[in-house]
Amino acid sequence: MRYSGFRVLTEGLSGNKGWRPVWRDPAPKPDYDIVIIGGGGHGLSTAYYLAKNHGLTNIAVLEKGYLGGGNVGRNTTIVRANYFLPGNQEFYSHSLKLWEGLESELNYNVMHSQRGLINLFHSDGQRDAFARRGNAMVGQGDDAELLDREGVRRHLPYLDFEQTRFPIYGGLLHRRGGSARHDAVAWGYARGADGRGVDLIQNCEVTGIDITGGRVTGVQTTRGAIRAKKVGIIVAGRSGQVAAMAGMRLPVESHILQAFVTEGLKPVIDHVVSFGMGHFYISQSDKGGLVFGGDLDFYASYAARGNLPMVEHVMEAGMTLMPMIGKAKVLRSWGGIMDMTPDGSPVIDKTPVEGLYIDCGWNYGGFKAVPASGWCMAHLMATGESHAYAGRFRLDRFATGHLLDEEGTGSQHNLH
Amino acid sequence: MRLTCPLCGSRDRREFTYYGDAVYASRPGPDAPPEAWDAYLHLRDNPAGETRDLWYHEMGCSAWIEVTRDTVTHAVGATRLIAERGGGRASGAGSPAKKKAPSKPRGGRA
Repeated sequence: MRYSGFRVLTEGLSGNKGWRPVWRDPAPKPDYDIVIIGGGGHGLSTAYYLAKNHGLTNIAVLEKGYLGGGNVGRNTTIVRANYFLPGNQEFYSHSLKLWEGLESELNYNVMHSQRGLINLFHSDGQRDAFARRGNAMVGQGDDAELLDREGVRRHLPYLDFEQTRFPIYGGLLHRRGGSARHDAVAWGYARGADGRGVDLIQNCEVTGIDITGGRVTGVQTTRGAIRAKKVGIIVAGRSGQVAAMAGMRLPVESHILQAFVTEGLKPVIDHVVSFGMGHFYISQSDKGGLVFGGDLDFYASYAARGNLPMVEHVMEAGMTLMPMIGKAKVLRSWGGIMDMTPDGSPVIDKTPVEGLYIDCGWNYGGFKAVPASGWCMAHLMATGESHAYAGRFRLDRFATGHLLDEEGTGSQHNLH
Repeated sequence: MRLTCPLCGSRDRREFTYYGDAVYASRPGPDAPPEAWDAYLHLRDNPAGETRDLWYHEMGCSAWIEVTRDTVTHAVGATRLIAERGGGRASGAGSPAKKKAPSKPRGGRA
């Protein structure tokens, strides 16, 4: 079923009786070429690109809950390509390019909105760092503009520029950055994968990974055993538990990241604004809610809810930056389970088990990576070779010292 | 969330700095192989449930504390000083990768 304006019109005139479920609800078959554990954004996009780019369709995506019910369904939806390090740059640049064509690719409205991202800076040293980052982004072929204080004021007149703690010196504007509708990305990829023959199996929790002679042979699930030649673990915050089924310990510690949404307001914040010094970032959804968040709570957690000190910290930072939001009422907040690596960068790699692959460690930045992560993971699982854009996302880089520490804070679990 | 410092009593979480799994207080010996250092620095059991992690009472008495905590419910259980736990092991103690490490954990400051 293709979506189009004409279709909306004809359905509207005929009582909207022609719409059908967007994907099938198949029972698991006993045997697949490839099993993807995890029906989130990354798992679904991997399945989609395995089918689309590599012609592999005997695939099952196993999801313990419902499709897109994890982090892809609750995040702050920021899409950007403003990375500095080789290894990250080309990957996120590719991801943004995929985002830019995603709606026509999937025939699905993911509401990708390139409203511009502004990262604020507050000192001469930070200005230098952002100028350097901006040059690296331009060098990669993406866009960046360094704004002085008056330049920021033209875009964001409502900020408190004279605040005593972090007076605003300027900002780095990334015009192609923006946001998207998080659920729609998962649904769009799910629909695209299903349409190409991939079985999307929900309420199917993997309880074991079968390994014979160092080679993966299938998985045990709550809906029976499923044989598979290749298995991909793409389970974000739950990576540690699933990898343990294969006898692996990962360089991952799962943390909480909280986010908040206010009641719907008239359009007031046109960009994505990031206030790094205060650990605060904000955008406004198309429904009108202000969507904002801060830093991790900073302790290992699977609770999917945070504690009040970070709530207070985020609210204080928001009020410091833009006092006008003080009258908005917070509607809800939540905590996502983040698979944090010591250096803050992800893993897309083989594992020591033949036929078993892993895509994890997205820290607090997995949403924008959904297209390229699926693209590169599909390439890895189909060909056995890392994609050029993800060649540095190695599982063994901590042991070998080939770190990707974008923040430059060190490779340690409590630092990212 | 409140943590009980063995020296100062129940205190606000904001007085403490988190250092991750308490394995971090069990530094391998200088003769340990690279795999032991990788396991010590990077690899984690990352349990959903009971864990033991390392906290530093930064805005209090400067004690290093091992906290038994539930990562699913946030319930905080027993706490003890790292200096008093002796050769006690952290959450990762039973796993194969950890067993490669020589049995020379050093207590005290990591």
